[in-house]
Amino acid sequence: MTQHGLDAIVDKAYDAGFVTNVAQDVLEAGLDESTVRFISAKKGEPEWLLEWRLAAFRRWQKMVEPTWAKVHYTPIDYQNIHYWAAPKRDEDKPQSLADVDPELLAMYEKLGVPLSEREILAGVAPSGREVAVDAVFDSVSIITTFREKLAEYGVIFMPISEAVHAHPELVMRYLGSVVPTTDNFFAALNSAVFSDGSFVYIPKGVRCPMELSTYFRINAENTGQFERTLIVADEGSYVSYLEGCTAPQRDENQLHAAVVELVAHTDAEIKYSTVQNWYPGDAKGKGGIYNFVTKRALCEGDRSKVSWTQVETGSAITWKYPSCILKGDDSVGEFYSVALTRGYQQADTGTKMIHLGKRTRSTIVSKGISAMHGQQTYRGSVRIAKKAEGARNHTQCDSLLIGSDCGAHTVPYTEVSCPSARLEHEATTSRIGEDQLFYCRQRGLSEEQAVGLIVNGFAREVLKELPMEFAVEAQKLLGVSLEGAVG
Amino acid sequence: MLKIENLHVEVAGTPILKGLNLYLPKGEVHAIMGPNGAGKSTLAYVLAGREGYVVTKGKVTFMGEDLLSRPIEERAQAGVFLAMQYPVAIPGVTNLYFLREALNAVRTARGEERLSGVEFMKLAKKKAALVELDPELLKRAVNDGFSGGEKKRNEIFQMAVLEPRLALLDETDSGLDIDALRVVSQGVNTLRSPERGMLVITHYQRLLDEIIPDVVHVLFDGTIVKTGGKDLALELESKGYADIRTAAGAPA
Repeated sequence: MTQHGLDAIVDKAYDAGFVTNVAQDVLEAGLDESTVRFISAKKGEPEWLLEWRLAAFRRWQKMVEPTWAKVHYTPIDYQNIHYWAAPKRDEDKPQSLADVDPELLAMYEKLGVPLSEREILAGVAPSGREVAVDAVFDSVSIITTFREKLAEYGVIFMPISEAVHAHPELVMRYLGSVVPTTDNFFAALNSAVFSDGSFVYIPKGVRCPMELSTYFRINAENTGQFERTLIVADEGSYVSYLEGCTAPQRDENQLHAAVVELVAHTDAEIKYSTVQNWYPGDAKGKGGIYNFVTKRALCEGDRSKVSWTQVETGSAITWKYPSCILKGDDSVGEFYSVALTRGYQQADTGTKMIHLGKRTRSTIVSKGISAMHGQQTYRGSVRIAKKAEGARNHTQCDSLLIGSDCGAHTVPYTEVSCPSARLEHEATTSRIGEDQLFYCRQRGLSEEQAVGLIVNGFAREVLKELPMEFAVEAQKLLGVSLEGAVG
Repeated sequence: MLKIENLHVEVAGTPILKGLNLYLPKGEVHAIMGPNGAGKSTLAYVLAGREGYVVTKGKVTFMGEDLLSRPIEERAQAGVFLAMQYPVAIPGVTNLYFLREALNAVRTARGEERLSGVEFMKLAKKKAALVELDPELLKRAVNDGFSGGEKKRNEIFQMAVLEPRLALLDETDSGLDIDALRVVSQGVNTLRSPERGMLVITHYQRLLDEIIPDVVHVLFDGTIVKTGGKDLALELESKGYADIRTAAGAPA
């Protein structure tokens, strides 16, 4: 973003000189306390939240960027990132679709994100069924659909920046309760400068009547996106939530550092699916999103269940370990992952399953596909605490290599303090063989079709965990992304 | 239908086929017999277009057109089918889905409409019954965890669905017990048609008790050294390949 561009944003956001000055300070210095204050002021946040952010920021300043992941990248200059970018007229935040900039609507339509409730209800929207969407564009939420209908069920689905005002007691209680501000370098950074994201609360005994989803879009140049998602499922409730993400193609790397916290109370279930398609950089490894994300779920209550499903096809660097703390007795954690690295993409991803409660169960299925110069590491940790009697884990890690310049690595950690626990670990590595391709082509399929078929077959166990429409989208992504990866 | 003229093929620099000639008119079933290493499988692979099988001389015409210049899938789309000796597994891809995609790729290439899921299902069930293939296998991943017999039966099932003009059967009898051999052979026999040519490659005569060929060729050291009627197979069975070796000037 140019000086002029940022000026324009600051200009429209704050007519008065003070804020403009603060904003310009932010620009000059990159990231300091005034950046944090600026974001907090933009959101009109209460004092407690500003203090919470500042505390996180001060801790972050003392922290060191982690280097244990098997990823290599040019060091991130945190002073060279813009921490706020929003479309014009943010002040009169649109309440209805009619108020949203037609340019933005056209963009979402192009991305296939259904924003028109009327069209969805009439069955003409591409998704063909009801999905409530929160559309986050750079640092702000543009619109959240189906809020009234969800409210009839007592379901809260809104931008987190609004929830801070509308439901302060819930936000105050749960924000940072699963991922503490000081959890890790990127979580601390996010806590200091997060700008928006989604908040979901499902009341006791309610089965959320539709899928909820958030669509993240990075648009502005040299801007980082730091979103925060918080989902709370109260006793006996159920929700299925999906996030999707994209960014334009640029030569510069951009930082995305999100935090997602899930809380499942007694007998509650959260199904969280991700289709991550951030810009991966070009074929030579130039540009692309740095995706450093902390996702964690707390299975707080007995018999609660959290299921993470992720399809990771984008980003230059992925550093992400959606995890479950299985605190309630008989609680269940699941992690299903398909990651694709091609070009010069690098992914270090996996999960942590922390068994605290009795008879807690976890399942890990990780499928890694590497092509071209892609490098991929599965990093997973299973911890069974002393009191977690009868805990069980099953881990399966499969890697598929396409071509000879790519790599796959598996780094499992286990720590068992309870003798009655049962753990199983399976791992395989295979290569798409000339014999498989020959077989498919001999039956009339093109080489592209053959590779797509083999890859989809490999990923099937995970794809079937996704809601139907998204599975189709994911399948397309896996197919499309492999164009030219063979031969 | 298929005309092979003076075909020379190398694999990794070693000449395997050395001037092979063969003519297969449509509607006929020809058997290719020969000892191990004679070049039987090489012939099947080179006709299908597999990588690594380098044609150094010669010509193959199929339905009046040059075959060797076309990529693997185009040959398949034109109606060349190879029932493989060692069919590979494709984990996670169901047999049904795989075959539907294949059939639709072939149909699209021929300018025909794709079959819907329902239409395909009907066709698949009919064809599965033809080769006595357990319908449960249709839902399983392609050749994944199949027994040797199931794999071979699956190849013939695919052939029945794809209805090729030229069927190449590479050692379809290997690894089959006598019952499986009978079922597979019956499947092949029902697919015999005046419009279809078949090349049955086998080491043993026993397959030819079930699939009676119109013509038998003996392949030895990269060329066809003898051609005859179905009785030639019986002759080979009783005398072995020793006479052939001697006739070809090789030590027996």
